[in-house]
Amino acid sequence: MITYTIRRLLLAIPTLLVISLVIFLLLELSPGDPMSQVPLTVPDSVKALMREQLGLNGPWYERYFKWLYQFAVVEPMVFFDWAFGTNITDGWFRMVSWKSRGPVFDEILQRLPQTLWVVGMAYVVGVLIALPIGIISAYRQYSVFDQTGTFVSMIGFSVPPFFSGVLMIIFFTVQMPRESFFWFPSFYDTTLVVDSWASFQAQIRQMVLPVMVLALQTTAQISRYMRSAMLDNLNQDYVRTARAKGLSEWAVVMVHVLRNSLIPVVTVIALGLPAIFGGAIITERVFKVNGIGDQLIGAIQANDIPTVMSLTFIFAILIVVFNLVADILYGLLDPRIRYD
Amino acid sequence: MTETTVTTTANDGPTKASRSQWSEVWRQFRSHRGALMGGGFLVFVTLFVLLGPYIWPFEPRKLDIRAKDMRPIYTLLWLDAPKVSWWHPLGTDNLGRDLLARLIEGGRISMSVGWAAMLLSLFLGGLIGVVSGYFRALDGALMRLTDLFLSLPLLPLVLVAATLYGPALSAQFGSVAGTFVLVVVVIGITNWMPTARIVRGDILALKEREFILAARSIGTRPFKIITRHLLPNVLSPIMVSATLGLATAIITESAVSFLGLGFPPDFPSWGKLLADNTDRMVTYPERVIWPGLMISLTVLAVNYIGDGLRDALDPRIRGR
Repeated sequence: MITYTIRRLLLAIPTLLVISLVIFLLLELSPGDPMSQVPLTVPDSVKALMREQLGLNGPWYERYFKWLYQFAVVEPMVFFDWAFGTNITDGWFRMVSWKSRGPVFDEILQRLPQTLWVVGMAYVVGVLIALPIGIISAYRQYSVFDQTGTFVSMIGFSVPPFFSGVLMIIFFTVQMPRESFFWFPSFYDTTLVVDSWASFQAQIRQMVLPVMVLALQTTAQISRYMRSAMLDNLNQDYVRTARAKGLSEWAVVMVHVLRNSLIPVVTVIALGLPAIFGGAIITERVFKVNGIGDQLIGAIQANDIPTVMSLTFIFAILIVVFNLVADILYGLLDPRIRYD
Repeated sequence: MTETTVTTTANDGPTKASRSQWSEVWRQFRSHRGALMGGGFLVFVTLFVLLGPYIWPFEPRKLDIRAKDMRPIYTLLWLDAPKVSWWHPLGTDNLGRDLLARLIEGGRISMSVGWAAMLLSLFLGGLIGVVSGYFRALDGALMRLTDLFLSLPLLPLVLVAATLYGPALSAQFGSVAGTFVLVVVVIGITNWMPTARIVRGDILALKEREFILAARSIGTRPFKIITRHLLPNVLSPIMVSATLGLATAIITESAVSFLGLGFPPDFPSWGKLLADNTDRMVTYPERVIWPGLMISLTVLAVNYIGDGLRDALDPRIRGR
């Protein structure tokens, strides 16, 4: 198991290098010029200086390795300095956003908490709702509950977040009376400081709508996987044995069947996590959560290549890491799976 | 809606012993109520966007300032004296453009992007799947490529490509055709991986069967084996992933349009209509709800068709 993990970790490095190169080349080969927004009245000599300052001179491979160095060495070391109060990186050049002229990673770190809170909470809520739904749907297959569950998850698959989000705003913000308990704000206020019970409530309330939109999608997917995994196990011989031994129905389903069914579902949960970060881009836009998805859209529109590059690569890292986590979890949880 | 699909097969009822494979498939498909309704709705939407402009007299881009901000006709039911007109059953926007006409126009764009992108990703996925399944020498490299594509963050890359390459392609082909090509290509090359994997798996299993050995032993060339013997046998997984691909393509296109990175403002796809009107959704919710409903219902219909097809094309389920 450990050799397998180490081998996969080592294999992940070339994968990530190739992905970063693909992303870099996609941006590099694009016909747009980052200086196109500069007014025509700026003389050419000044433009040349600006290009140099942005690091636009030099062949593409040199810029790629500069970016890679900044991403993989400089920024982690800056974080190290910050964490332990050392001064190793004094005088090093950090990656600078072309839009805000500040370090890219400072902005990412400012925006990451909002994304983690909203997306993470949505995923937890979605999984917690999905598991019981999947269990009951499988146990009472083809019942009214199962049919309804199938229909609702079909809706969750089909309704895009920019429509479900807008519908929720119309329903819970526009139509709902302001003083009602079910009135929720339609946008996320980042300046809110949680220091009292009232502000904590306000924080929870402003998270309700985006979390619901994202959780609907998660629930739709996970509950289907849970249902089919339960169905696979419910007809197995060991379940008949457990019943024949005289175990209670609760023990048979919730201990024997559930534990075995959770194995594939856990890996699906791990695999789905990066996708929901990508999907959160739209939800963040709808509810004006200023997380990293919103930052990515803003950077794309402003042609801010370093930020776009870093954020896209962070998404790619998430995907690779969680694929690895899913495979390792599968091997750890299921003794029948042996990689070595 | 469902009549159109039911009447196409008059040969239902107790048929005699010999039934072709496809009539069996159709029988099973018909027993799936959701799939049948989905099929009916897809036919309806297709006719709606194809024939709509010839039936509905309003032009989607014609401004009519006097008829601006009309409410839909059904608001008569609960509003006092809304500004409505039977000529604009779904109302008009702030420039007096008829919403129904714009929905038809938007549907033409969304559906054609969806179909084209789906066909492109099917072609790519089928090609890569067949080649890597049949030719062992290429298998490793092509599967690594598939894994690589599966690890790419797709939505961010679609957005990046749509923004960065949009202006250049627009200059090349004109703003609408350029955006169309761009969106279709970008969605197509980011969605072929599931098809490729499924097709490869099936080809690997089929390749070892006796009929392929027989075909090889009489000297059939690989190309003929693939087109004659292998492709017909992987048709069912390809069809199922086609439905999923269509759903993904429609959603991705509307997501790109919603974020304002797709078609130019004059060419409203459903996603763009929705995005443009979110600012006024407090007073005119219908302008957001109708395009959103069209997207959601179309995708729902396609997903149900996929569900029904999966059951209908699986011989193990079909027998029962």
